[in-house]
Amino acid sequence: MRLLGVIALGGALGALARWGLVLLWPAPWAVLLINTLGCGLIGVLLARPLSRPLTRPFLGTGVLGGFTTFSAYAVEGVGLLSGSLLNGFLYLGGTLVAALAATWLGLRLGRVVRR
Amino acid sequence: MSALLVILGAAVGAPLRYLLDRAVQSWHSTRFPLGTFVVNVVGCFLLGALTGVSGGLSTLLGTGFCGALTTYSTFGYETVRLVETGARGVAVAYAGGSVVAGVGVAFLGAVLVG
Repeated sequence: MRLLGVIALGGALGALARWGLVLLWPAPWAVLLINTLGCGLIGVLLARPLSRPLTRPFLGTGVLGGFTTFSAYAVEGVGLLSGSLLNGFLYLGGTLVAALAATWLGLRLGRVVRR
Repeated sequence: MSALLVILGAAVGAPLRYLLDRAVQSWHSTRFPLGTFVVNVVGCFLLGALTGVSGGLSTLLGTGFCGALTTYSTFGYETVRLVETGARGVAVAYAGGSVVAGVGVAFLGAVLVG
């Protein structure tokens, strides 16, 4: 129960940050930035074992899980595809490449810094 | 008010993602991250189905609940870890399958319900 509460709290904080960024920026760009940034951060976070048992559920499953979103990515993709196939594919593929590269970099960075 | 709706939706969506992921993962023993895959695809369908819904309900269910139910960070982490541990085929199937299925069901949700 405590674990679920920690995840709920983290998820709410992450979602609030995402909501704020989407208000500031046009949705496809904000979602692209959010997902790439969140992937980089989870790489850093999970690069090394965490000493406190609730750190990963709170920051990983909660904050970063609530911050990043696959559903808005897919729906933005559908919206762009319906306007222009090229824009849709660029958005979907571009996010995937940027997010995976950020995760990989985050993991590398985390392993060096948190040694 | 809107912020409260985001908090409320996400406070349900995020722990539900954890519970669904755990439940699905306990059903199989392959390396494919089926838990995250299922949660993301379900969330994509729901958000697609919410097309046309606006105002507070969209903030609560779309931005809050669906946004927190689905995740890109865990998806990215699992994909990169699969590549690092030599399961390249699974990684490609997972990443490609998630994008194709997610976009497909988001479209389906919008057409059927939204």
